[in-house]
Amino acid sequence: MTETTITQNGEAVIRRNKKTDLKELLMKIVFIIAAVCFIAAVLIICLFIFMQAVPAIAEIGFFKFLFGTEWKPSDTNPKFGIATMIVGSCYVTAGALVLGVPVGFLTAVFMARYCPKPLYRVMKPVTNILAGIPSIVYGYFGLTVIVPLVRRTFGGSGSSILTASIILAIMILPTIISVSENAIRAVPKSYYEGAVALGATKERAIFCTEVPAAKSGIVTSIILGLGRVIGETMAVVMIAGNQPQFPSSITDGVRTMTANIVLELGYATDLHRGALIATAAVLFVFILLITMLIALVRRKAK
Amino acid sequence: MEKAIPIGKEPKNEPDISSIVPINRVTFADKIRSYLKKPFSFMIMLLVMLAALITVGSVAWVILHTFISGIPNLKPELFEWEYTPENLSMMPAIINTLFIAAVSLAIAVPIGVFAAIFMVEYAKSTNFLVKIVRMAAETLAGIPSIVYGIFGMLCFVYFFGWGESVLSGSLTMALMILPLVMRTTEEALKAVPDTFREGSYALGAGKLRTIFVIILPSAMSGIISGVILGLGRVVGETAALIFTAGSYSFVAGGFMEGGRTLAVHVYILASNGLYEDQAWAAAVVLILLVVVINGLAEFVGNKLKKEY
Repeated sequence: MTETTITQNGEAVIRRNKKTDLKELLMKIVFIIAAVCFIAAVLIICLFIFMQAVPAIAEIGFFKFLFGTEWKPSDTNPKFGIATMIVGSCYVTAGALVLGVPVGFLTAVFMARYCPKPLYRVMKPVTNILAGIPSIVYGYFGLTVIVPLVRRTFGGSGSSILTASIILAIMILPTIISVSENAIRAVPKSYYEGAVALGATKERAIFCTEVPAAKSGIVTSIILGLGRVIGETMAVVMIAGNQPQFPSSITDGVRTMTANIVLELGYATDLHRGALIATAAVLFVFILLITMLIALVRRKAK
Repeated sequence: MEKAIPIGKEPKNEPDISSIVPINRVTFADKIRSYLKKPFSFMIMLLVMLAALITVGSVAWVILHTFISGIPNLKPELFEWEYTPENLSMMPAIINTLFIAAVSLAIAVPIGVFAAIFMVEYAKSTNFLVKIVRMAAETLAGIPSIVYGIFGMLCFVYFFGWGESVLSGSLTMALMILPLVMRTTEEALKAVPDTFREGSYALGAGKLRTIFVIILPSAMSGIISGVILGLGRVVGETAALIFTAGSYSFVAGGFMEGGRTLAVHVYILASNGLYEDQAWAAAVVLILLVVVINGLAEFVGNKLKKEY
């Protein structure tokens, strides 16, 4: 009797183990599939974009597409050159970084090293709110506030590189602030204390010892901001003017690659649509380069 | 800082230190004197303060301007159930937003959470697959929303032939928030101490049981806050939804019907130029929604967090 019970118990245990083994294996496969979904998603996105972009670029001609200065999606003798838009995207991005990076970086220093605790409890949610405002609201704010302001101050139509740069600079502030702040906070306190003990002022201690030590994090924050600006669509399309031209001053309007897509995708057909998808492909390549740049900075930091 | 000794409990043999003045205390006057000696440092300090002021100022400017222009225009007819060209009601757009957000979360959350479980609980961080998945997630996180929009249009709207519909829009948005859900879940899982896992194994639980009964409940606050952040992304998104969920102004009746979300509604009213008041009113509702959602995420992340 006793023997049988033990055997029965033993059997029971073994049987249950087999069942759980199967369940464990099954769920492990499910988890792996979920992870592989990420790779599949990237591949499918690449596939769909490039499958339509490559024939269009081939038909237009690679150099004519990238370096062509005319964008005329007319029925007769259409011209699809996106050089003006690449330049437009670059100008707007550069403008936003020139305005946004110093303010964001210095605010990050303030948040990490100057801000008294009670004020910090207000400042942190404030920057988070800035991050949460949808880009369409920024765009509308730019259209109704910044555009008239620029028009009054500098003349012209108001929809310009400058306007877009101001709004985009505000939009990248939270990214730059939070990433840079974390980087500065991660620097060991002893750096600061050592510098102050050697007679440096607070500013010197922060900017000559802590900031260089947090360099990689700060650079990452700038590149993240860069990625956000280059990909920004809805705000830019409302305030940048959208003329496909080479600007001669910062109060001239430009059309960015993203704006080009949003403006014309709704009604484009055939080669015109192909050219717009190819514009997205160029944008995609830009973003891939930026992602790789971030990975490079992170690896170097380690 | 040394621990303060409670009054009346000082050890008797220690000398009385109350009369000693610390020489390293920096008073406000000292600070001023030091800054006068080093004007460059003073300038830098001023610049830092100025930058912080600009940041706060721009937030206040955007928020206050939106609220001042929008709140007086929040009229009851903007919240009527039916959209007509006269009332320009945003209610259908709000319902569509919630519909699309719910569907995209239902798709993205299981995949994102399961992928995070694989990354943290099953694979070693040196694993080849993990590196590729992490790279893929970073790429997905960096892709601009307009590229998602084009992809959604090419893939779901035309290739699968679902048209501009809730399904197409939700799938596009699900792809967009996948990396966010995975990253926040990963962080939440990593924050669960290893002793929990070891204790569970020691009591005879298998890996699966450990994950679902011990680890996931402990990491729940982080996961939920990630999910709510994803919700905020969907609510605020415009570019990816215009070409996938369409801009119809009525409530989408099913998965295969399209409808504009609130953000798209704001875009359409704003780019029209005739309906400035209604656009501001919708923008206020949109900002409030997103801010409340993000605040909720932070609240959940902080308040429900267990300290280990």
